[in-house]
Amino acid sequence: MSSDVLTRPADTAAERARGDRLIDFGGLVLTAITFLFALMAIFPVYWTVVTSFKSETEVIASGISLWPRRFNTEAYEHIWRNTNIGVWYINSFVTSALITAGVIVSSAGCAYALSQLDFPGRRLIYVLILACFMVPMQALIINHFVLMAQFKLLNTWAGIILPQLVVPVTIIVYKQFFDSVPKEFREAAQMDGAGHFKTLFRVYLPMNWGVTSALAIITFIGAWNSFLWPFLAATGEATMTVPVGITQVKDAYGIVYARQMASAVMAGLPVAIVYLLFQRRVTQAIMLSAGVKG
Amino acid sequence: MIRDKRSEYLAALVLVGPFVVIYGLLFVWPTIQMVMLSFTDAPLIGPGEWVGFTNYVEILTHRLFHNATWNTVYFVLLTVIPNTLISLAIAMAVNRLSGWRQGFVMACFFLPYILPVSVVYFAWNWIIDVQYGLIQYVVRPLNGGEPMSLTRTIPFFMPTVAVVTIWWTLGFNVLLFIAGLRNISPEIYEAASLDSAGRWRQFTRITWPLIWPVTALVLTIQLIAQLKIFDQVYLFSMGGRQDPTIVLVQYIYKLAFQQNKGGEGAAAATLLFAMIIILSVLQYQALRARGQK
Repeated sequence: MSSDVLTRPADTAAERARGDRLIDFGGLVLTAITFLFALMAIFPVYWTVVTSFKSETEVIASGISLWPRRFNTEAYEHIWRNTNIGVWYINSFVTSALITAGVIVSSAGCAYALSQLDFPGRRLIYVLILACFMVPMQALIINHFVLMAQFKLLNTWAGIILPQLVVPVTIIVYKQFFDSVPKEFREAAQMDGAGHFKTLFRVYLPMNWGVTSALAIITFIGAWNSFLWPFLAATGEATMTVPVGITQVKDAYGIVYARQMASAVMAGLPVAIVYLLFQRRVTQAIMLSAGVKG
Repeated sequence: MIRDKRSEYLAALVLVGPFVVIYGLLFVWPTIQMVMLSFTDAPLIGPGEWVGFTNYVEILTHRLFHNATWNTVYFVLLTVIPNTLISLAIAMAVNRLSGWRQGFVMACFFLPYILPVSVVYFAWNWIIDVQYGLIQYVVRPLNGGEPMSLTRTIPFFMPTVAVVTIWWTLGFNVLLFIAGLRNISPEIYEAASLDSAGRWRQFTRITWPLIWPVTALVLTIQLIAQLKIFDQVYLFSMGGRQDPTIVLVQYIYKLAFQQNKGGEGAAAATLLFAMIIILSVLQYQALRARGQK
Protein backbone atom coordinates (compact mmCIF):
# COMPACT_ATOMS: atom_id res chain seq x y z
CA MET A 1 0.00 0.00 0.00
CA SER A 2 2.74 2.42 0.94
CA SER A 3 4.33 2.07 -2.47
CA ASP A 4 0.98 3.10 -3.98
CA VAL A 5 1.09 6.34 -2.08
CA LEU A 6 4.69 6.90 -3.02
CA THR A 7 4.25 6.39 -6.74
CA ARG A 8 1.13 8.46 -7.10
CA PRO A 9 2.69 11.94 -7.29
CA ALA A 10 5.13 10.83 -9.96
CA ASP A 11 2.31 9.25 -11.94
CA THR A 12 0.21 12.35 -11.92
CA ALA A 13 3.20 14.45 -12.94
CA ALA A 14 3.80 12.16 -15.88
CA GLU A 15 0.13 12.30 -16.80
CA ARG A 16 0.11 16.07 -16.70
CA ALA A 17 3.14 16.15 -18.94
CA ARG A 18 1.31 14.01 -21.44
CA GLY A 19 -1.71 16.24 -21.55
CA ASP A 20 -5.10 16.34 -19.94
CA ARG A 21 -5.67 12.60 -19.59
CA LEU A 22 -6.23 11.74 -15.95
CA ILE A 23 -5.61 8.01 -16.23
CA ASP A 24 -3.13 6.32 -18.53
CA PHE A 25 -5.46 3.67 -19.94
CA GLY A 26 -2.85 2.12 -22.19
CA GLY A 27 -0.52 1.67 -19.24
CA LEU A 28 -3.23 0.12 -17.08
CA VAL A 29 -4.15 -2.37 -19.78
CA LEU A 30 -0.49 -3.25 -20.24
CA THR A 31 -0.06 -3.81 -16.50
CA ALA A 32 -3.17 -5.98 -16.42
CA ILE A 33 -1.88 -8.07 -19.35
CA THR A 34 1.52 -8.41 -17.67
CA PHE A 35 -0.11 -9.71 -14.50
CA LEU A 36 -2.24 -12.11 -16.50
CA PHE A 37 0.80 -13.57 -18.21
CA ALA A 38 2.72 -13.73 -14.94
CA LEU A 39 -0.11 -15.74 -13.39
CA MET A 40 -0.16 -18.01 -16.42
CA ALA A 41 3.60 -18.52 -16.07
CA ILE A 42 3.35 -19.54 -12.44
CA PHE A 43 0.20 -21.62 -12.96
CA PRO A 44 1.95 -24.95 -13.74
CA VAL A 45 3.83 -24.65 -10.46
CA TYR A 46 0.62 -23.82 -8.60
CA TRP A 47 -1.22 -26.68 -10.30
CA THR A 48 1.53 -29.11 -9.30
CA VAL A 49 1.30 -28.10 -5.65
CA VAL A 50 -2.50 -28.12 -5.59
CA THR A 51 -2.72 -31.51 -7.28
CA SER A 52 -0.29 -33.00 -4.80
CA PHE A 53 -2.76 -32.28 -1.97
CA LYS A 54 -5.77 -33.79 -3.68
CA SER A 55 -7.11 -37.28 -3.25
CA GLU A 56 -6.71 -39.50 -6.29
CA THR A 57 -10.47 -39.52 -6.96
CA GLU A 58 -10.50 -35.73 -7.00
CA VAL A 59 -7.49 -35.63 -9.30
CA ILE A 60 -9.23 -37.62 -12.01
CA ALA A 61 -12.67 -36.08 -11.49
CA SER A 62 -13.85 -34.01 -14.45
CA GLY A 63 -13.85 -30.24 -14.21
CA ILE A 64 -11.13 -27.94 -12.96
CA SER A 65 -10.93 -27.53 -9.21
CA LEU A 66 -8.39 -24.87 -8.39
CA TRP A 67 -8.40 -25.73 -4.70
CA PRO A 68 -8.45 -29.18 -3.08
CA ARG A 69 -11.84 -29.98 -1.60
CA ARG A 70 -10.06 -31.46 1.37
CA PHE A 71 -6.33 -31.20 1.99
CA ASN A 72 -4.97 -34.66 1.71
CA THR A 73 -1.38 -35.63 2.41
CA GLU A 74 -1.81 -39.25 1.40
CA ALA A 75 0.40 -38.76 -1.67
CA TYR A 76 3.27 -37.40 0.41
CA GLU A 77 2.96 -40.19 2.93
CA HIS A 78 2.96 -42.73 0.13
CA ILE A 79 6.11 -41.29 -1.45
CA TRP A 80 7.81 -41.06 1.90
CA ARG A 81 6.97 -44.65 2.84
CA ASN A 82 7.31 -46.42 -0.49
CA THR A 83 10.33 -44.83 -2.12
CA ASN A 84 13.87 -44.15 -1.04
CA ILE A 85 13.31 -40.41 -1.07
CA GLY A 86 14.85 -39.97 2.37
CA VAL A 87 18.10 -41.51 1.11
CA TRP A 88 17.87 -39.48 -2.11
CA TYR A 89 17.55 -36.32 -0.04
CA ILE A 90 20.70 -37.16 1.86
CA ASN A 91 22.51 -37.97 -1.40
CA SER A 92 21.35 -34.73 -3.00
CA PHE A 93 22.24 -32.57 -0.01
CA VAL A 94 25.65 -34.14 0.55
CA THR A 95 26.71 -34.12 -3.11
CA SER A 96 25.37 -30.60 -3.77
CA ALA A 97 27.03 -29.21 -0.64
CA LEU A 98 30.37 -30.86 -1.40
CA ILE A 99 30.25 -29.75 -5.05
CA THR A 100 29.57 -26.20 -3.86
CA ALA A 101 32.42 -26.25 -1.34
CA GLY A 102 34.82 -27.82 -3.84
CA VAL A 103 33.98 -25.40 -6.63
CA ILE A 104 34.19 -22.32 -4.41
CA VAL A 105 37.47 -23.25 -2.70
CA SER A 106 39.30 -24.39 -5.84
CA SER A 107 37.99 -21.45 -7.89
CA ALA A 108 38.83 -18.81 -5.28
CA GLY A 109 42.36 -20.17 -4.87
CA CYS A 110 42.98 -20.43 -8.59
CA ALA A 111 41.48 -16.99 -9.27
CA TYR A 112 43.63 -15.39 -6.54
CA ALA A 113 46.77 -16.91 -8.03
CA LEU A 114 45.80 -15.80 -11.54
CA SER A 115 44.91 -12.34 -10.37
CA GLN A 116 47.67 -11.56 -7.85
CA LEU A 117 50.63 -13.85 -8.40
CA ASP A 118 53.19 -14.17 -11.12
CA PHE A 119 54.22 -17.74 -11.87
CA PRO A 120 55.18 -19.90 -14.83
CA GLY A 121 52.23 -21.54 -16.56
CA ARG A 122 49.84 -18.72 -15.77
CA ARG A 123 48.92 -18.16 -19.40
CA LEU A 124 48.46 -21.87 -20.01
CA ILE A 125 45.95 -22.07 -17.17
CA TYR A 126 44.05 -19.12 -18.53
CA VAL A 127 43.84 -20.75 -21.95
CA LEU A 128 42.67 -23.97 -20.30
CA ILE A 129 39.84 -22.17 -18.54
CA LEU A 130 38.70 -20.44 -21.71
CA ALA A 131 38.85 -23.74 -23.61
CA CYS A 132 36.81 -25.41 -20.92
CA PHE A 133 34.18 -22.72 -21.31
CA MET A 134 33.47 -23.89 -24.81
CA VAL A 135 33.45 -27.59 -24.16
CA PRO A 136 30.09 -29.28 -23.80
CA MET A 137 30.26 -31.48 -20.70
CA GLN A 138 27.54 -33.61 -22.30
CA ALA A 139 30.09 -34.75 -24.87
CA LEU A 140 32.32 -36.10 -22.10
CA ILE A 141 29.72 -38.35 -20.45
CA ILE A 142 31.18 -41.53 -21.94
CA ASN A 143 34.70 -40.86 -20.76
CA HIS A 144 33.61 -39.56 -17.39
CA PHE A 145 31.72 -42.81 -17.00
CA VAL A 146 34.74 -44.89 -18.06
CA LEU A 147 36.99 -42.93 -15.71
CA MET A 148 34.64 -43.30 -12.76
CA ALA A 149 34.30 -47.01 -13.52
CA GLN A 150 38.11 -47.37 -13.49
CA PHE A 151 38.26 -45.66 -10.09
CA LYS A 152 35.34 -47.85 -8.93
CA LEU A 153 33.41 -44.71 -8.12
CA LEU A 154 30.16 -45.44 -9.93
CA ASN A 155 27.24 -45.44 -7.52
CA THR A 156 29.16 -43.43 -4.94
CA TRP A 157 28.96 -39.82 -3.80
CA ALA A 158 32.46 -39.16 -5.13
CA GLY A 159 31.46 -40.46 -8.54
CA ILE A 160 28.52 -38.08 -8.68
CA ILE A 161 30.56 -35.15 -7.37
CA LEU A 162 33.86 -35.27 -9.27
CA PRO A 163 32.80 -34.46 -12.87
CA GLN A 164 30.61 -31.66 -11.56
CA LEU A 165 33.57 -29.82 -10.05
CA VAL A 166 34.46 -28.42 -13.46
CA VAL A 167 32.82 -24.98 -13.41
CA PRO A 168 35.20 -22.56 -15.17
CA VAL A 169 32.87 -19.58 -15.02
CA THR A 170 33.28 -19.30 -11.23
CA ILE A 171 37.02 -18.75 -11.66
CA ILE A 172 36.48 -16.02 -14.23
CA VAL A 173 33.98 -14.19 -12.03
CA TYR A 174 36.28 -14.42 -8.99
CA LYS A 175 39.25 -13.21 -11.00
CA GLN A 176 37.35 -10.14 -12.16
CA PHE A 177 36.49 -9.26 -8.59
CA PHE A 178 39.99 -9.94 -7.23
CA ASP A 179 41.44 -7.81 -10.02
CA SER A 180 39.41 -4.85 -8.84
CA VAL A 181 40.58 -5.03 -5.21
CA PRO A 182 43.03 -2.12 -4.77
CA LYS A 183 46.64 -3.32 -4.52
CA GLU A 184 47.09 -1.35 -1.28
CA PHE A 185 45.08 -3.92 0.63
CA ARG A 186 47.44 -6.71 -0.32
CA GLU A 187 50.50 -4.62 0.36
CA ALA A 188 49.16 -3.61 3.77
CA ALA A 189 48.39 -7.22 4.65
CA GLN A 190 51.86 -8.31 3.63
CA MET A 191 53.49 -5.49 5.57
CA ASP A 192 51.80 -7.03 8.59
CA GLY A 193 53.54 -10.27 7.71
CA ALA A 194 50.53 -12.07 6.25
CA GLY A 195 51.34 -14.73 3.67
CA HIS A 196 49.35 -15.29 0.51
CA PHE A 197 46.91 -17.68 2.15
CA LYS A 198 46.18 -15.29 4.97
CA THR A 199 45.77 -12.49 2.45
CA LEU A 200 43.30 -14.56 0.46
CA PHE A 201 41.24 -15.77 3.40
CA ARG A 202 41.43 -12.67 5.58
CA VAL A 203 41.31 -9.90 2.97
CA TYR A 204 40.20 -10.95 -0.50
CA LEU A 205 37.46 -13.42 0.37
CA PRO A 206 35.83 -11.34 3.14
CA MET A 207 35.93 -8.29 0.86
CA ASN A 208 34.10 -10.28 -1.79
CA TRP A 209 31.71 -12.03 0.53
CA GLY A 210 28.71 -11.01 -1.58
CA VAL A 211 30.13 -12.63 -4.69
CA THR A 212 31.10 -15.74 -2.78
CA SER A 213 27.62 -16.24 -1.39
CA ALA A 214 26.03 -15.54 -4.78
CA LEU A 215 28.29 -18.04 -6.53
CA ALA A 216 27.81 -20.60 -3.76
CA ILE A 217 24.02 -20.36 -3.96
CA ILE A 218 23.92 -20.69 -7.73
CA THR A 219 26.40 -23.58 -7.68
CA PHE A 220 24.27 -25.35 -5.09
CA ILE A 221 21.10 -24.87 -7.14
CA GLY A 222 22.89 -26.08 -10.26
CA ALA A 223 24.26 -29.15 -8.49
CA TRP A 224 20.89 -30.00 -6.95
CA ASN A 225 19.19 -29.70 -10.34
CA SER A 226 21.74 -31.52 -12.47
CA PHE A 227 20.22 -34.52 -14.16
CA LEU A 228 22.28 -36.16 -16.89
CA TRP A 229 25.42 -36.99 -14.95
CA PRO A 230 23.80 -38.23 -11.70
CA PHE A 231 21.39 -40.19 -13.89
CA LEU A 232 24.35 -42.02 -15.48
CA ALA A 233 26.60 -42.28 -12.43
CA ALA A 234 23.98 -43.53 -9.98
CA THR A 235 22.07 -46.53 -11.21
CA GLY A 236 21.28 -48.06 -7.83
CA GLU A 237 18.26 -46.82 -5.88
CA ALA A 238 20.49 -46.20 -2.88
CA THR A 239 22.78 -43.68 -4.59
CA MET A 240 20.31 -41.67 -6.69
CA THR A 241 19.72 -37.97 -6.16
CA VAL A 242 16.18 -36.62 -5.68
CA PRO A 243 15.65 -35.26 -9.23
CA VAL A 244 16.82 -38.55 -10.75
CA GLY A 245 15.15 -40.83 -8.21
CA ILE A 246 11.65 -39.44 -8.60
CA THR A 247 11.67 -40.18 -12.34
CA GLN A 248 12.46 -43.83 -11.65
CA VAL A 249 9.43 -44.52 -9.48
CA LYS A 250 6.98 -46.78 -11.24
CA ASP A 251 3.53 -47.43 -9.87
CA ALA A 252 2.08 -50.80 -10.68
CA TYR A 253 -1.21 -49.41 -12.01
CA GLY A 254 0.04 -46.59 -14.23
CA ILE A 255 0.71 -43.02 -13.21
CA VAL A 256 -0.82 -41.81 -9.96
CA TYR A 257 -0.64 -38.08 -10.55
CA ALA A 258 -1.12 -36.90 -6.98
CA ARG A 259 1.92 -38.97 -6.01
CA GLN A 260 4.01 -37.73 -8.94
CA MET A 261 3.14 -34.15 -8.04
CA ALA A 262 4.01 -34.78 -4.40
CA SER A 263 7.42 -36.11 -5.40
CA ALA A 264 7.90 -33.12 -7.72
CA VAL A 265 7.10 -30.72 -4.88
CA MET A 266 9.56 -32.54 -2.64
CA ALA A 267 12.28 -32.35 -5.32
CA GLY A 268 11.71 -28.69 -6.12
CA LEU A 269 11.11 -27.37 -2.62
CA PRO A 270 14.73 -26.97 -1.47
CA VAL A 271 15.79 -24.93 -4.50
CA ALA A 272 12.56 -22.94 -4.47
CA ILE A 273 13.17 -22.03 -0.82
CA VAL A 274 16.79 -21.10 -1.54
CA TYR A 275 15.63 -18.91 -4.42
CA LEU A 276 12.87 -17.17 -2.47
CA LEU A 277 15.24 -16.51 0.46
CA PHE A 278 18.12 -15.23 -1.66
CA GLN A 279 16.42 -13.79 -4.77
CA ARG A 280 18.89 -10.92 -5.10
CA ARG A 281 21.93 -13.15 -4.83
CA VAL A 282 20.57 -15.66 -7.32
CA THR A 283 19.86 -13.06 -9.96
CA GLN A 284 23.20 -11.36 -9.30
CA ALA A 285 25.07 -14.63 -9.73
CA ILE A 286 23.27 -15.44 -12.97
CA MET A 287 24.09 -12.06 -14.44
CA LEU A 288 27.73 -12.30 -13.35
CA SER A 289 28.05 -15.76 -14.92
CA ALA A 290 26.60 -14.49 -18.19
CA GLY A 291 29.09 -11.62 -18.17
CA VAL A 292 26.48 -8.91 -17.58
CA LYS A 293 27.04 -6.42 -14.79
CA GLY A 294 23.70 -6.08 -13.00
CA MET B 1 64.03 -11.02 -3.40
CA ILE B 2 64.75 -14.53 -4.65
CA ARG B 3 63.17 -15.98 -1.51
CA ASP B 4 60.15 -13.81 -2.23
CA LYS B 5 59.82 -15.17 -5.75
CA ARG B 6 60.16 -18.70 -4.51
CA SER B 7 57.51 -18.29 -1.87
CA GLU B 8 55.26 -16.75 -4.53
CA TYR B 9 55.73 -19.77 -6.80
CA LEU B 10 55.06 -22.07 -3.91
CA ALA B 11 51.87 -20.24 -2.94
CA ALA B 12 50.75 -20.27 -6.58
CA LEU B 13 51.42 -23.99 -6.79
CA VAL B 14 49.29 -24.74 -3.76
CA LEU B 15 46.49 -22.39 -4.83
CA VAL B 16 46.36 -23.57 -8.41
CA GLY B 17 46.99 -27.21 -7.49
CA PRO B 18 43.39 -28.29 -6.88
CA PHE B 19 42.31 -26.62 -10.10
CA VAL B 20 45.05 -28.30 -12.13
CA VAL B 21 44.27 -31.72 -10.67
CA ILE B 22 40.49 -31.38 -11.19
CA TYR B 23 40.67 -29.97 -14.71
CA GLY B 24 43.49 -32.22 -15.78
CA LEU B 25 41.76 -35.34 -14.57
CA LEU B 26 38.15 -34.46 -15.40
CA PHE B 27 38.46 -32.25 -18.44
CA VAL B 28 41.75 -32.59 -20.35
CA TRP B 29 42.17 -36.34 -19.83
CA PRO B 30 38.58 -37.33 -20.73
CA THR B 31 38.72 -35.10 -23.81
CA ILE B 32 41.87 -36.83 -25.07
CA GLN B 33 40.38 -40.21 -24.19
CA MET B 34 37.19 -39.38 -26.05
CA VAL B 35 39.05 -38.69 -29.28
CA MET B 36 41.21 -41.81 -28.85
CA LEU B 37 38.19 -43.98 -28.09
CA SER B 38 36.40 -42.71 -31.18
CA PHE B 39 38.99 -44.47 -33.37
CA THR B 40 38.47 -47.87 -31.73
CA ASP B 41 35.74 -50.50 -31.70
CA ALA B 42 35.75 -50.64 -27.89
CA PRO B 43 32.58 -51.32 -25.87
CA LEU B 44 31.58 -48.83 -23.19
CA ILE B 45 33.96 -50.39 -20.65
CA GLY B 46 36.97 -52.33 -21.88
CA PRO B 47 39.67 -52.28 -24.54
CA GLY B 48 39.17 -52.19 -28.30
CA GLU B 49 41.03 -52.42 -31.60
CA TRP B 50 42.12 -49.39 -33.62
CA VAL B 51 39.70 -49.05 -36.54
CA GLY B 52 40.62 -45.67 -38.02
CA PHE B 53 37.72 -43.62 -39.29
CA THR B 54 35.28 -46.53 -39.45
CA ASN B 55 33.14 -45.19 -36.63
CA TYR B 56 32.85 -41.79 -38.24
CA VAL B 57 31.87 -43.29 -41.57
CA GLU B 58 29.41 -45.54 -39.80
CA ILE B 59 27.79 -42.67 -37.94
CA LEU B 60 27.75 -40.15 -40.75
CA THR B 61 25.89 -42.65 -42.91
CA HIS B 62 23.61 -43.73 -40.08
CA ARG B 63 19.99 -42.69 -40.54
CA LEU B 64 19.51 -42.26 -36.81
CA PHE B 65 22.39 -39.77 -36.71
CA HIS B 66 20.73 -37.72 -39.44
CA ASN B 67 17.52 -37.92 -37.44
CA ALA B 68 19.27 -36.78 -34.29
CA THR B 69 21.01 -33.90 -36.05
CA TRP B 70 17.81 -32.73 -37.71
CA ASN B 71 15.79 -33.03 -34.50
CA THR B 72 18.41 -31.03 -32.62
CA VAL B 73 18.43 -28.30 -35.26
CA TYR B 74 14.62 -28.35 -35.30
CA PHE B 75 14.57 -27.98 -31.53
CA VAL B 76 17.01 -25.06 -31.74
CA LEU B 77 14.81 -23.37 -34.34
CA LEU B 78 11.70 -23.89 -32.22
CA THR B 79 13.23 -22.51 -29.05
CA VAL B 80 15.98 -19.96 -29.59
CA ILE B 81 14.35 -17.13 -31.53
CA PRO B 82 10.83 -17.44 -30.05
CA ASN B 83 12.29 -17.58 -26.54
CA THR B 84 14.39 -14.48 -27.19
CA LEU B 85 11.47 -12.45 -28.53
CA ILE B 86 9.10 -13.53 -25.76
CA SER B 87 11.75 -12.81 -23.13
CA LEU B 88 12.37 -9.32 -24.50
CA ALA B 89 8.64 -8.57 -24.48
CA ILE B 90 8.33 -9.81 -20.90
CA ALA B 91 11.43 -7.88 -19.82
CA MET B 92 10.00 -4.65 -21.22
CA ALA B 93 6.66 -5.32 -19.53
CA VAL B 94 8.37 -6.09 -16.21
CA ASN B 95 10.71 -3.14 -16.50
CA ARG B 96 7.92 -0.56 -16.63
CA LEU B 97 6.51 -1.81 -13.32
CA SER B 98 7.96 -0.90 -9.95
CA GLY B 99 7.87 -1.89 -6.30
CA TRP B 100 6.06 -5.04 -5.23
CA ARG B 101 4.39 -5.37 -8.63
CA GLN B 102 7.74 -5.78 -10.32
CA GLY B 103 9.01 -8.17 -7.65
CA PHE B 104 5.90 -10.35 -7.86
CA VAL B 105 5.75 -10.50 -11.66
CA MET B 106 9.48 -11.17 -11.93
CA ALA B 107 9.28 -14.00 -9.37
CA CYS B 108 6.42 -15.60 -11.34
CA PHE B 109 8.44 -15.61 -14.55
CA PHE B 110 11.71 -16.57 -12.93
CA LEU B 111 10.76 -19.29 -10.46
CA PRO B 112 10.42 -22.08 -13.09
CA TYR B 113 14.03 -21.50 -14.16
CA ILE B 114 15.47 -22.67 -10.85
CA LEU B 115 13.44 -25.90 -10.72
CA PRO B 116 15.00 -29.28 -11.56
CA VAL B 117 14.15 -30.66 -14.98
CA SER B 118 12.29 -33.63 -13.54
CA VAL B 119 9.92 -31.30 -11.70
CA VAL B 120 9.30 -29.42 -14.94
CA TYR B 121 8.66 -32.73 -16.66
CA PHE B 122 6.20 -33.94 -14.02
CA ALA B 123 4.30 -30.65 -13.91
CA TRP B 124 3.80 -30.53 -17.68
CA ASN B 125 3.33 -34.23 -18.19
CA TRP B 126 0.33 -33.90 -15.89
CA ILE B 127 -1.03 -30.81 -17.68
CA ILE B 128 -0.83 -32.49 -21.08
CA ASP B 129 -1.97 -35.93 -19.87
CA VAL B 130 -4.13 -37.55 -22.51
CA GLN B 131 -6.94 -38.51 -20.13
CA TYR B 132 -7.11 -35.95 -17.36
CA GLY B 133 -4.73 -33.19 -18.42
CA LEU B 134 -5.97 -29.60 -18.47
CA ILE B 135 -4.63 -29.07 -21.97
CA GLN B 136 -7.18 -31.55 -23.28
CA TYR B 137 -9.89 -28.92 -22.72
CA VAL B 138 -8.18 -27.07 -25.57
CA VAL B 139 -6.94 -30.05 -27.58
CA ARG B 140 -10.23 -31.98 -27.67
CA PRO B 141 -12.32 -29.37 -29.53
CA LEU B 142 -9.47 -28.82 -32.00
CA ASN B 143 -9.07 -32.54 -32.57
CA GLY B 144 -12.69 -33.27 -33.43
CA GLY B 145 -13.71 -34.05 -29.87
CA GLU B 146 -11.02 -36.68 -29.35
CA PRO B 147 -8.28 -36.34 -26.72
CA MET B 148 -4.73 -36.59 -28.03
CA SER B 149 -1.37 -37.22 -26.43
CA LEU B 150 0.93 -34.37 -27.41
CA THR B 151 4.09 -36.29 -26.63
CA ARG B 152 3.11 -39.61 -28.20
CA THR B 153 1.95 -37.96 -31.45
CA ILE B 154 5.31 -37.55 -33.16
CA PRO B 155 4.70 -34.26 -35.05
CA PHE B 156 3.63 -32.59 -31.82
CA PHE B 157 6.49 -33.90 -29.68
CA MET B 158 9.20 -31.33 -30.44
CA PRO B 159 6.86 -28.30 -30.43
CA THR B 160 5.47 -29.42 -27.06
CA VAL B 161 8.91 -29.92 -25.53
CA ALA B 162 9.96 -26.59 -27.05
CA VAL B 163 7.06 -24.76 -25.38
CA VAL B 164 7.88 -26.39 -22.05
CA THR B 165 11.55 -25.47 -22.48
CA ILE B 166 10.73 -21.86 -23.29
CA TRP B 167 8.49 -21.68 -20.22
CA TRP B 168 11.24 -23.22 -18.12
CA THR B 169 14.20 -21.10 -19.28
CA LEU B 170 12.80 -17.70 -20.20
CA GLY B 171 13.45 -16.30 -16.72
CA PHE B 172 17.17 -16.38 -17.42
CA ASN B 173 16.79 -14.36 -20.63
CA VAL B 174 14.34 -11.93 -19.04
CA LEU B 175 16.94 -11.24 -16.36
CA LEU B 176 19.64 -10.40 -18.91
CA PHE B 177 17.24 -8.21 -20.91
CA ILE B 178 16.14 -6.27 -17.83
CA ALA B 179 19.78 -5.57 -16.97
CA GLY B 180 20.24 -4.33 -20.55
CA LEU B 181 17.09 -2.19 -20.48
CA ARG B 182 18.20 -0.52 -17.25
CA ASN B 183 21.40 0.55 -18.98
CA ILE B 184 19.46 2.59 -21.52
CA SER B 185 19.37 6.14 -20.25
CA PRO B 186 15.81 7.35 -19.49
CA GLU B 187 16.71 10.73 -20.97
CA ILE B 188 16.62 9.22 -24.45
CA TYR B 189 13.02 8.19 -23.89
CA GLU B 190 12.13 11.54 -22.40
CA ALA B 191 13.56 13.29 -25.45
CA ALA B 192 11.60 10.93 -27.67
CA SER B 193 8.31 11.53 -25.86
CA LEU B 194 8.87 15.29 -26.13
CA ASP B 195 8.99 14.66 -29.87
CA SER B 196 5.71 12.78 -29.25
CA ALA B 197 7.08 9.52 -30.56
CA GLY B 198 4.61 6.68 -29.89
CA ARG B 199 5.40 3.48 -28.04
CA TRP B 200 6.08 1.48 -31.18
CA ARG B 201 8.38 4.15 -32.62
CA GLN B 202 10.25 4.36 -29.35
CA PHE B 203 10.73 0.60 -29.48
CA THR B 204 11.98 0.40 -33.07
CA ARG B 205 14.13 3.53 -32.91
CA ILE B 206 15.55 3.34 -29.38
CA THR B 207 15.00 0.09 -27.48
CA TRP B 208 15.67 -2.45 -30.22
CA PRO B 209 18.96 -0.97 -31.51
CA LEU B 210 20.28 -0.23 -28.01
CA ILE B 211 19.35 -3.64 -26.61
CA TRP B 212 20.82 -5.50 -29.60
CA PRO B 213 24.13 -6.44 -27.88
CA VAL B 214 22.15 -8.20 -25.14
CA THR B 215 19.92 -9.82 -27.75
CA ALA B 216 22.98 -11.20 -29.51
CA LEU B 217 24.32 -12.52 -26.20
CA VAL B 218 21.01 -14.18 -25.32
CA LEU B 219 20.75 -15.73 -28.78
CA THR B 220 24.23 -17.24 -28.70
CA ILE B 221 24.00 -18.51 -25.12
CA GLN B 222 20.75 -20.27 -25.97
CA LEU B 223 21.98 -21.60 -29.29
CA ILE B 224 24.84 -23.41 -27.60
CA ALA B 225 22.74 -24.52 -24.64
CA GLN B 226 19.99 -25.99 -26.81
CA LEU B 227 22.41 -27.91 -29.01
CA LYS B 228 23.26 -29.87 -25.85
CA ILE B 229 19.61 -30.65 -25.16
CA PHE B 230 18.97 -34.02 -23.54
CA ASP B 231 17.05 -34.01 -20.27
CA GLN B 232 13.57 -32.83 -21.32
CA VAL B 233 13.58 -34.73 -24.60
CA TYR B 234 14.65 -37.91 -22.85
CA LEU B 235 12.10 -37.58 -20.04
CA PHE B 236 9.14 -36.78 -22.29
CA SER B 237 9.97 -39.71 -24.56
CA MET B 238 10.34 -42.18 -21.69
CA GLY B 239 8.09 -45.16 -22.22
CA GLY B 240 7.40 -44.23 -25.83
CA ARG B 241 9.20 -44.57 -29.14
CA GLN B 242 12.45 -42.67 -28.79
CA ASP B 243 14.05 -42.89 -32.22
CA PRO B 244 11.77 -40.48 -34.13
CA THR B 245 12.44 -37.70 -31.63
CA ILE B 246 16.03 -38.50 -30.72
CA VAL B 247 18.50 -35.61 -30.26
CA LEU B 248 22.30 -35.64 -30.48
CA VAL B 249 23.21 -36.14 -26.82
CA GLN B 250 20.51 -38.79 -26.59
CA TYR B 251 22.08 -40.47 -29.63
CA ILE B 252 25.44 -40.55 -27.84
CA TYR B 253 23.70 -41.97 -24.78
CA LYS B 254 21.94 -44.61 -26.85
CA LEU B 255 25.09 -45.76 -28.66
CA ALA B 256 27.32 -45.89 -25.61
CA PHE B 257 25.02 -46.79 -22.73
CA GLN B 258 22.18 -48.72 -24.34
CA GLN B 259 23.99 -50.46 -27.22
CA ASN B 260 27.38 -50.69 -25.50
CA LYS B 261 29.21 -49.20 -28.50
CA GLY B 262 31.75 -47.02 -26.71
CA GLY B 263 33.79 -46.27 -29.84
CA GLU B 264 30.83 -45.16 -31.94
CA GLY B 265 29.41 -43.17 -29.05
CA ALA B 266 32.75 -41.40 -28.62
CA ALA B 267 32.83 -40.62 -32.34
CA ALA B 268 29.37 -39.06 -32.10
CA ALA B 269 30.48 -37.15 -29.00
CA THR B 270 33.57 -35.89 -30.84
CA LEU B 271 31.37 -34.61 -33.67
CA LEU B 272 29.08 -32.78 -31.25
CA PHE B 273 32.15 -31.48 -29.46
CA ALA B 274 33.61 -30.11 -32.70
CA MET B 275 30.31 -28.54 -33.68
CA ILE B 276 29.95 -26.68 -30.41
CA ILE B 277 33.61 -25.60 -30.29
CA ILE B 278 33.31 -24.10 -33.78
CA LEU B 279 30.13 -22.25 -32.82
CA SER B 280 31.71 -21.04 -29.57
CA VAL B 281 34.78 -19.73 -31.34
CA LEU B 282 32.58 -17.91 -33.83
CA GLN B 283 30.56 -16.49 -30.96
CA TYR B 284 33.71 -15.42 -29.12
CA GLN B 285 35.07 -13.73 -32.24
CA ALA B 286 31.76 -11.97 -32.85
CA LEU B 287 31.59 -10.71 -29.29
CA ARG B 288 35.19 -9.54 -29.43
CA ALA B 289 34.66 -7.79 -32.73
CA ARG B 290 31.72 -6.00 -31.18
CA GLY B 291 33.76 -5.06 -28.12
CA GLN B 292 36.47 -3.48 -30.27
CA LYS B 293 34.07 -1.32 -32.23
